[in-house]
Order: sequence, then structure tokens, then C-alpha cells
Amino acid sequence: MKFFKLLKIALSSLFKNRTRSILTMLGIVIGVGAVIVMVAIGEGAQQEIETRINSLGTNLIMVRSASNSAGGVRRGSGSARTLFMSDEQTIREQCDLVMAVSGIVTVNGQIIGGGTNWSSSVMGVSPDFTVIKSWELEEGSFFTERDMRAKTKFAVVGKSIQDNLFGGGNVIGQSIRIQSVPFKIIGLLEEKGSNGAQDQDDVVLVPLTTAAYRLRGDSRYVSQIYVSAVSMDLLEAAQEEVSQTLRQAHKLIDGEDDDFSVRTQTELTEAFTSSTQTMTTLLAWIAAISLFVGGVGVMNIMLVSVTERTREIGIRVAVGARSFDVMMQFLIEAVVLSLVGGLSGIAIAFGVCEALTRFRGMTTIIQSDIILLSLAVSAVIGVFFGLYPAKKASELDPIDALRHE
Amino acid sequence: MPAVIQTVDLRKTYQLAEPVHALRGVNLTIGSGEFVSIMGASGSGKSTFMNILGCLDRPTTGTYALDGVPVAGLSRNELADVRNEKIGFVFQGFNLLSRTSALENVELPLVYQRKKTKIKPRDKATECLKRVGLGDRMDHQTQQLSGGQQQRVAIARSLVNDPALILADEPTGNLDSRTSLDLMGLFQELNEQGITIVLVTHEPDIALFSKRCVEMRDGVVVRDMEIEDQRDARVELEKFSGVTGL
Repeated sequence: MKFFKLLKIALSSLFKNRTRSILTMLGIVIGVGAVIVMVAIGEGAQQEIETRINSLGTNLIMVRSASNSAGGVRRGSGSARTLFMSDEQTIREQCDLVMAVSGIVTVNGQIIGGGTNWSSSVMGVSPDFTVIKSWELEEGSFFTERDMRAKTKFAVVGKSIQDNLFGGGNVIGQSIRIQSVPFKIIGLLEEKGSNGAQDQDDVVLVPLTTAAYRLRGDSRYVSQIYVSAVSMDLLEAAQEEVSQTLRQAHKLIDGEDDDFSVRTQTELTEAFTSSTQTMTTLLAWIAAISLFVGGVGVMNIMLVSVTERTREIGIRVAVGARSFDVMMQFLIEAVVLSLVGGLSGIAIAFGVCEALTRFRGMTTIIQSDIILLSLAVSAVIGVFFGLYPAKKASELDPIDALRHE
Repeated sequence: MPAVIQTVDLRKTYQLAEPVHALRGVNLTIGSGEFVSIMGASGSGKSTFMNILGCLDRPTTGTYALDGVPVAGLSRNELADVRNEKIGFVFQGFNLLSRTSALENVELPLVYQRKKTKIKPRDKATECLKRVGLGDRMDHQTQQLSGGQQQRVAIARSLVNDPALILADEPTGNLDSRTSLDLMGLFQELNEQGITIVLVTHEPDIALFSKRCVEMRDGVVVRDMEIEDQRDARVELEKFSGVTGL
């Protein structure tokens, strides 16, 4: 009951000095707004990177052959021919944590079709490949296990191939030639755009076996194997399982180095996100400092206000306000200012983020915990920086306070 | 008749560079329903005495009983409660809250009241404002009122907690003589209704409106006398109006 009376006094006092109240709040408004906007931009950037990495594939594990060295010259990852066509089958049969497997044979070459030609990357893959990449077909169909066994000369192409060879026209049933081998186009992939590094639509997919036998002339090896784990949580376990399976298949003894390398999507994600996290942290610190400065502003104005309102305090004390009552009034004023400032800051932050998304195309994510945190911080600032002026006000000698002009 | 104020050998010493003895043993008893004026030149100790009577300050030694309750040894918070329940203040500078309506100003002491009452603060404040003749200006802000009206608001505020005592410190100091007469009339009226009033002033004219005059000098009471022919403010006001032709 007493508290509500004091709250009423504090509110009416704030309302009577509107300009001063608004100026006091400004620091908190800017501080809280800055914290939320900056963290939202950081989170947004992080999410954008994650989306890009996820576009590489679903729960992706990439297996490449290891480096080999000849005469002391080490030739880098993927240079050795140590991944076999049979490895794909082994992983599919022996690994429980694996959802889909596809060997990949990459052939670069000029593609001739539609009366013109175009250089693109041709990939020999298994039907599982679409599962791993979560690629959908816009038209036609994908090749099947039967096509794999029969080594049919079917091709599925991306949008860029359609545009560059056939001028955006119908491609299903058209024929193209890769390294003089004629292929029939049976499917068109859905448009995916760039993943930041390369055009994902500039691609020709053919059955893995066809690529190995007819285009490469070397049917035993694959360049890479893409594996999809059953879930994101089991990604690391699946990575380990694939590693062990391949070691056994390659008959490596204990202590011998892997003749392949296994990397997961998470590793990539971590590498990219650590840099954005550094940026987010930096931004958050800058914003936190501005919030602190806002708090000092509140204290400053509250202190001035104590001096300015000495006579008011004197009157209140003379008619029977206890020290505690005066202190609570000033404290409540400070906390209310900080909280209202915090809420306005949140509202403004939402506006700024919306504007950034709409006009600058930036991804921004406002998380509820950052809102709660900044509200809590502004309340704490109100108490922390309001306490000293409030205490000062409550300790004024009523006789001096009344005489104060 | 029980004593509202009873001080025995009240002393106050300020410890400055050398001790200043503001009060050197004041003995004073004021009964219920009295209208006492305290006079004295500046430095006579009347302000210090006033502050102690108003429970804004504590004596160094001596006893002071207000309405039968000894208050000399009370803590700061206990003194605040005594002020809230037993004393109404009227100051020279009015001391109203600015940018606040007359009604809210009058309500102020009730906001800090600790004991529960059945009467609504708003009703009580309205009643007090009507009593001082400002029933039609309750929603006016302080700065919209004249000096005389502001002092009336202050008097209404001093009445709102049904005090045992109203302490008025130079209440007419900032007002012209006509308004002063007006205000003294109000004090006399309240006193007739049984309210005890102690008024500090340095104007002998004003002191003549009270029933008893106490004069202080150098921290002691030097004269304490009944005023034999008390001036009636209403009569004076009529005379005043006659002179100026109003």
C-alpha cells in the first residue's frame, strides 16, 4: 500500500518534469537500443553464414583421398588415388549412422549442345546425391540405381546450363555431348543461386558409373565420397564410424596414418562462425559501454535533481515523510526512468532492425533473451545509479532544505 | 486544561568554531486552545526554538513534551511521525509544491500517514480547502494562485491531519497588509474553533491579534504576557477597507 503511494508520487513527479525525464531516459534508450541492434546484426550475420554452409548438404561428411608424396614432394589433399568405387558400397552397407552415400567423380570438360558449347563441371554421382544436397528437380526425373548398373548416358542439368546452351528453353529430351560422348538430358534441377563462392546451378550430373567408365576411363577410383549422417547430433559419431569403416576396408594397421581425410560441415561452420562471433562480441562491448554511460547520465541528472528539488524534499520531510520515503521516491523515479528508457530502446531497436532488413537486406535476429537481459540491465542501472542520489536526498537536514531557495 | 507544549530548561548549543548557545534554558507551557505569538529580534533564538517545537530539530538538553508525549529523545523517523500526526506547519515562503494542484498540496501530509484512517484523503483535503475559503480553487496549480491564496492552501495543508498544534513561522512576512489582516482573521477563526496556534513574528502589530505574547532575547524568555485588548482582524479589515475606500 505504502509502495503504491510512493510509486504514485514518483510517477507524478516524473510527469510534471517531462523534459527532464525524457532527457534522462535518452541515454538508456540509446544504450539499450544499441545493444539489441548490434547483437541482432551479429546474430543475423551468423545465421546467414550457417544457412550458406547448410546449403552444402544435409548433415554432410566429406571424405577425400589423402595427400600423396612423390620424391619428397607432397601434393596436397585429394591428390592420391586412395578412394575406391567400392568404398561407397562399404559405407552404405556397414555404417548404421549414415543416411545416404554418394561417390563423386569430377570431370571438367567442354559441353556441346543446342548448337553451342559451354565449359562446366560434370559430376558423376549416385542417386543418393540429391538426398545429401537436398536438391529438388524442377522438371523430369533423376537417374536411378538401374541407370547406375546400366551405366546409361543420362544427364541432369542445372539452370545455368539450360540458360547457356538452350537459351532458357526446354531441355528435357535434348542431347548434349561431353568429351564426345552423347548424353540425354532427363531432368532439370531447381534453381539454387550462388552459395557465396560458386554458382550452384552451373552443374551437370551424370551417373557415377557412367562418368567413371565412359568419361574418365578409370573405373576404380572416386575423387570424393559425400556422406549424410542420420542427424546433426550424430554427425561426429557418424564421422568416426565412416573413418573406422574406411580404415578396415583399406586394411590399415594401428598407428598407420589414414589414407583419406574426413571433414564435417560442423568444422566448416565453426571456422566461419568464430570470426563473426568475434565481431558480435566487439559490437556488444561497445554497446554495453554506451549503456553504462547512459546509466551515469541517469545518476548525473538525478543528482542535479536532488539539489534542484531540495526545497521539495524539505517540504515533504516537514509534513512527515521519513528518510526512507524520500529515498524510495527518488529510487523509484530512477528505476522507472531506466525501465521506460529500456522499453523505448527495445521498441526503437525493433524499428531499426526492421528498417535494416527492409532497406539494406540485412538479416537481423532479435532474441528474447537479449531483450530480457537489456531490460534487467536497465533496471539494475536504475537501482545502482539511482541509489546514491536517493540516499543523498534522504539525508538532507529538513531545516536547511526548507530554507533552500 | 492539558498542556499542548511543555518545555523544561530547553537548551540548544551549536558546536561551531566556538560553541554557540542558541537556547539557554527555555521554560514554556502552552495549553490547549491558546493562540500564542513568539516575538524576538533575529539572533534571539526564536527560530531555533521554533524548529525544536516543530520537531524539525532536537534540543541539546532539557525536556519537551508535545501533547503529553516527551519528544526530546526521539529518532529522526519518530520525529517525522510526530510531525505528520501532531503538527501543522505554515511557513513564511508558503512552501507549497510547484506544478501541483492545491488539492494535491493539501493531501501531502496524508500520503505519509502511517496509521489507517477511514476518511479518504481527497475528501479530507477538500473539506480543509473549503474551511479556508478556497473551495472554488481546488484544481488550481500553485503558481496560478496569489500569495494570500497560497498561504491559505498552506493553512489548509496544516489542518488536514487534525494537528494538536499549528506552528506558523512569519506567515504574513511575504504578504501585503490587507492580505495579512485577511489571514490573521482566518487564524483567529480557527483558534475560535479550538485549534492551538503558535505564531512566530517580529511585527508587534501582528502579535496583537494573538491572545498571549512571549518575547525572547539571547536564548531565554524575557517576557510572557496576556494581551489584554486583542485586536479583531475582521473589525480591522472593515476599517482598512473604509480607509482605502474599498
